[in-house]
Amino acid sequence: MNTTKKWNEFILTWLIKISGYSAIIFVAMIFYFLLREGLPTIGEASISNLFSRRWYPIEDYFGLLPLIGGSLIVTIGAALFAVPIGLCTAIFISEVSPRWARDLLKPLVEVLGGIPSVVLGFLGILILAPYLRRLLELPTGLTALTGSILLGGIAIPTIVSVAEDALDSVPRSYRDAALALGATEWQTIWRVTLPAARNGVLTAIMLGVGRAIGETMTVMMVTGNAAVLPIKINSIFFPVRTMTATIAAEMGEVAKNSTHYHVLFFIGLLLFIISLGINIAASTAMFQQRKRAERILS
Amino acid sequence: MVMVKIRVEQLNLQYSDGKESLRDINLDILANTITIIFGPAGGGKSSLLRVFNRLNDLADVKVISGKVFLDDMNILDPKIDVIALRRKVGMVFARPVVLPMSIRSNLTYGLELAGEKRELELDEAIESSLKQAALWEEVKDRLTEPAVSLSGGQQQRLCLARSLALKPEVILLDEPTSGLDPISTGKVEATLQELKKTYTIVLVPHSVQQAARIADYAAFFLQGELIEKGVGKELFINPKDKRTEDYIMGRFG
Amino acid sequence: MEIIKAIKEIYKNPNSSYSRIIRQKLGFGFLIITALITVVPIFAVVIFILLKGLPAISWTFLTAFPTDGVKQGGILPAIIGTFYLTIGTAIFSVPLGIGAAIYLSEYAPDNRWTRVIRIAIINLAGIPSVVYGLFGLGMFVLFLKFGTSILAGSLTLSIMTLPVIISTAEEALHAVPQSFRVISISVGATRWQTIRRIVLPQSLPGIMTGVILGLERAAGETAPILFTAASFFLPRLPNTPLDPTMALPYHLFVISTQVPGMPVKIQYGTALVLIIFVLGMNLIATTIRSRARAHRQW
Repeated sequence: MNTTKKWNEFILTWLIKISGYSAIIFVAMIFYFLLREGLPTIGEASISNLFSRRWYPIEDYFGLLPLIGGSLIVTIGAALFAVPIGLCTAIFISEVSPRWARDLLKPLVEVLGGIPSVVLGFLGILILAPYLRRLLELPTGLTALTGSILLGGIAIPTIVSVAEDALDSVPRSYRDAALALGATEWQTIWRVTLPAARNGVLTAIMLGVGRAIGETMTVMMVTGNAAVLPIKINSIFFPVRTMTATIAAEMGEVAKNSTHYHVLFFIGLLLFIISLGINIAASTAMFQQRKRAERILS
Repeated sequence: MVMVKIRVEQLNLQYSDGKESLRDINLDILANTITIIFGPAGGGKSSLLRVFNRLNDLADVKVISGKVFLDDMNILDPKIDVIALRRKVGMVFARPVVLPMSIRSNLTYGLELAGEKRELELDEAIESSLKQAALWEEVKDRLTEPAVSLSGGQQQRLCLARSLALKPEVILLDEPTSGLDPISTGKVEATLQELKKTYTIVLVPHSVQQAARIADYAAFFLQGELIEKGVGKELFINPKDKRTEDYIMGRFG
Repeated sequence: MEIIKAIKEIYKNPNSSYSRIIRQKLGFGFLIITALITVVPIFAVVIFILLKGLPAISWTFLTAFPTDGVKQGGILPAIIGTFYLTIGTAIFSVPLGIGAAIYLSEYAPDNRWTRVIRIAIINLAGIPSVVYGLFGLGMFVLFLKFGTSILAGSLTLSIMTLPVIISTAEEALHAVPQSFRVISISVGATRWQTIRRIVLPQSLPGIMTGVILGLERAAGETAPILFTAASFFLPRLPNTPLDPTMALPYHLFVISTQVPGMPVKIQYGTALVLIIFVLGMNLIATTIRSRARAHRQW
């Protein structure tokens, strides 16, 4: 009886250990597949082709710049919109709002984060795009701006949650000390609490931006899908195409193992590496924040 | 003829982070007595207790050497059955922590782990351990209520009963009354005097006065070393080592 | 008049108590506005879709197949498909995720390998959904030859859901007081017995909340199933896990972008069903969380 139990426990412990390491296995697998199907691009399409300004796969133009530019402009637009609003909302929830407002706002923001991106894209097509077209007198409402606004809406819940957590974990003693020295609550927020939560807030911003870059459906539905390099200031009022939308839109129609196929995987590889970079940066910042707090409090 | 229940020989213990080590401890704990391990914080008292039920396996121990005999078994031997050891050597902690279950389940938890399923045996163990812990009268009609509904003093006695339910041979208590009011403390101390007739008791007190009240034997620990040991009352009236005297007099600590 | 007096005062004495308080009130007002900007759109979106989509909801709509292409009739296969995919995702991601969480919380030593696992999890969380779609295509559809199927889609969604489940489950396990574990060990339990009898039961509500939130995300995602499971129109319900399936988010995407002459009412109706599905899960998760907190015995 005792040995059966010991044997069971042994097997279970091993299963648990394997589950623990599974995350590493999956990341490695994904990386491997992206490499396997994406690297042949380097052989099949020339570097000058990849760096050109034309993305027109039917005629073998595989210029990545317009796609990268598209992702960039939409993400930057989303960040300009989401970061201030998200941060201020987080500050409001964490520092200013009374108890009842907090208990109402936090779940609401969570709900916003749960709305599928397809639904936002859908509303973008039917409502936001025509509205912007009328308002700004544009030829079409499916523009980078439309995408930025919707992406901002998607990024805000992430920024709010993480930033609010970071602000919350600033020790009470900091605020109490500042107030005791005669600062107003407003001054305390901007000069004491926010700087103390600096790393966590940075993490929030990075994660929000990461979500924006990786978003697919919403941008595919509302940014117009024109692979044009957005270099002029008013490019934001015109259609663009992001890397993510390109993959989603064209993957269904490529022949397996064609150059087009490989290039799409290559774009996926780029996206993987970008998100890897952002996430490592974000987690390092978070890690440093915790270490600093531990040092200061001990 | 008084028997030695636990014999500590040349015990050395070091944690990976360098905290609370024990150096060259030699000590005999006699059966059916209350032995007090006392001294200022950081002296190694809790570490010593945790050697007796191998609870230090949970901590990051860098080095442990020497021998600790329970009856004639070296409990530091990696080959022994640690689970069985922990049933023989029960422990009561400083803060009363009850498991998030009913009073009854708290008591049967250890027994069920040991494989005891028979209702009759379980009921009998519950009643007997609660009576020994002087808690039976207060809770006998509330056994299915959550254990958290008890007061602090009652919870601590429940923790004592929890260990007793396993019919141990030794009971270790680490500052068991530090969170309790004087009346509850008095009840616990009186209970221990009864219990020592059946069990061997090793206790870390939370004050020198408590030590002086109940010690049959006492050992003074300072920074990981055993400074002095002796028969209870004598050690407190006539300490031989100046450091012991200083601590008892409250000159440091 | 008050306002002019206030502005004059701030100009003259920017640091007087009066000025500081006025600035604080303005500042707080600004924060409230940003919070409203974040929150009001949520209400707007839900109420709008509710109003416009409710007329389309009928028993037929929910239980019939699409007719006339997809322009009439119901969306039953999409609903069933999303249901199947969600269950499939749960089957793979829940045991693996909880196992990994148990490993990290109860077994993992504090060394370099554990840090690598955590970085891997953060990475999985940040990978764009379309890259998951690519991976699913390469690995499950093509390499393992599952074809476009519920199986391939579920496996892809599972890996995507894993980080969410792992992090919330780990948090729930951590919240159980360490003292419970110590006591359990001291009366002769093994580590696994402690986990099974005390830690897991006490953390179950938190774990379930995390699982439901993770599955809610999986149910709403389109990009991962684009090339791995989804099919636009199927005359029959799927019979085996190797069959492709329709799905609500994909259906909404297609009918709002690729079907000319699609009745708007049905589009809103589909969006409404999707939102109700997703928000319903959110509600269940939140309820579990708050009821558990109330009944906790610690």
